[in-house]
Amino acid sequence: MSLTLSDIGRIAHLARLEMPPAEAERMLTQLNGFFDIVEQMKAVDTTGVEPLAHPTAVIDHVSLRLRPDVASEPNNREANQKSAPAVERGLFLVPKVIE
Amino acid sequence: MSDLHQWGVAELAAAIADKKTSSVEAAQALLARARQHQNLGAYLSFNEDLTLAQAKAADARIAAGERGPLLGVPLAHKDIFVTQGFPSTAGSKMLQGYQSPFDATVVANLAKAGAVTLGKLNCDEFAMGGSNENSAYFVARNPWDTARVPGGSSGGSAVAVAARLAPAVTGTDTGGSIRQPASFCNVTGIKPTYGRCSRYGMIAFASSLDQAGPMARSAADCATLLTAMAGPDIDRDSTSLDHPAEDYSRLLGSPREGASAAQPLKGLRIGLPKEFFGEGCAPDVLAAVRGALAEYEKLGATLVDISLPRTELSIPVYYIIAPAEASSNLSRFDGVKFGHRAAQYEDLLDMYKKSRSEGFGPEVQRRIMIGTYVLSHGYYDAYYLKAQQIRRLIAQDFQDAFAQCDVIAGPAAPTTAWKIGDKTDDPVANYLADIFTLPASLAGLPGMSVPAGFGAGHLPVGLQLIGNYFQEAALLQTAHAFQQTTDWHFQSPEGF
Repeated sequence: MSLTLSDIGRIAHLARLEMPPAEAERMLTQLNGFFDIVEQMKAVDTTGVEPLAHPTAVIDHVSLRLRPDVASEPNNREANQKSAPAVERGLFLVPKVIE
Repeated sequence: MSDLHQWGVAELAAAIADKKTSSVEAAQALLARARQHQNLGAYLSFNEDLTLAQAKAADARIAAGERGPLLGVPLAHKDIFVTQGFPSTAGSKMLQGYQSPFDATVVANLAKAGAVTLGKLNCDEFAMGGSNENSAYFVARNPWDTARVPGGSSGGSAVAVAARLAPAVTGTDTGGSIRQPASFCNVTGIKPTYGRCSRYGMIAFASSLDQAGPMARSAADCATLLTAMAGPDIDRDSTSLDHPAEDYSRLLGSPREGASAAQPLKGLRIGLPKEFFGEGCAPDVLAAVRGALAEYEKLGATLVDISLPRTELSIPVYYIIAPAEASSNLSRFDGVKFGHRAAQYEDLLDMYKKSRSEGFGPEVQRRIMIGTYVLSHGYYDAYYLKAQQIRRLIAQDFQDAFAQCDVIAGPAAPTTAWKIGDKTDDPVANYLADIFTLPASLAGLPGMSVPAGFGAGHLPVGLQLIGNYFQEAALLQTAHAFQQTTDWHFQSPEGF
């Protein structure tokens, strides 16, 4: 398998990254170099093997906890917005989306 | 007290408790020393007023009669932990100047124990890398040879301990980021079982792999830190293990059950995976590791040949899973709620793209690209799912191996520290260098690196010890016994 420049463009768009042509070329070479070492995974027979998400699940059942859907944190809007790039009257500002 | 930077955690805590020095005096001395050696690039930020205020509060607790193994001890945090009062940047321009409104659980736990924060430590951007060269700010330098990398991603952490700029520090390990820099810098470090330390407030890289741990000059000091850092964080980290907090120092210095003081590790079976001792490992590293294993035999341990047959597969498996999770985690950086926003853009989409491309460095962008691709429509099963299936086989291989041995040992890295710039143009070469640390990361097992001697050019070599799940106390006991009869871990680079 080999990626093409148009794949790189498509992936960069999905990842919301800007990729000028020179960078896309370099990225293409590097990603294809990487996927060469991924090829060996294909030879592994994984029929019936359950994917492992939480590592200790290999020895014991692990269930991801859910907490009650109640507000557990105090209102901390000012501190939370302190590092926001653009805020007005407690709201995050984004460029105009709807004309 | 001009030499207090030479003291480990235990000595410093005792000296502070006995009023031979104070937390304020220790913090001042270490801050001055850290600044004096800033050419090593270990620290990214300081907040002297806050550090001294914390030290003063610790001194007040001591004056009121309180005692504790970390009370008043100055430490430093990898800049992957969010920390109030310091910038929390993850080594990225994306988070330049970011002020967290809260503390990571690990930071809060250490503060509760009375530890004082000296500053934030350099690391590879978002913990992605094994050389600290991916820091968006500056490289960190290995004090054993300042032309060489300290390893990574917890590179600044390893430098701070090795150059005596902090008695102990925090680090994080996703694919070896504690063990490999510890190995390169002659530091002791432990990554506990996945889920022992809360990931709350640890800036996320790969959520099913990320794990915090301490780095220090000895296994005993690591045990002290880990005891304070770890423990269930049920409400804030859904993957935090619901296991009671433990005293990880409890087995230190006592012989194994049925063993004697002369041979404290009698009965311990150390498994040597043949895949770790082959051509893929540099001869000088192997020689030091073999020397350390001979020492273990003197302590009563027996060496057993084992196999971890899928060791090589751990590279593609890890570099599918980690970037996949990273691409998802890093999608939160959109230039809206926090982080960098481009100055010029046409519309919302353009703002996202420009902000992210300006904010993320090349390695982070590479991993986002890999992750986005392997999770994209039509490729998920062939890559991410397949990698997770092989991940289970790798974890099962360890369980099979632990039927024949109690601890697994081998090199932490295939070479000693390389020269700054040597691998920067070849990302795959960097990935391949992680081969010995990735398997235990994928399996979520506790792993350590323990100073084991020196290779060519007097560069440090680390012995990696891997234990079964929840066996951190026994692992630390195993490392501590070695450090009672060897002095590799006491050696410091010339001039430090």
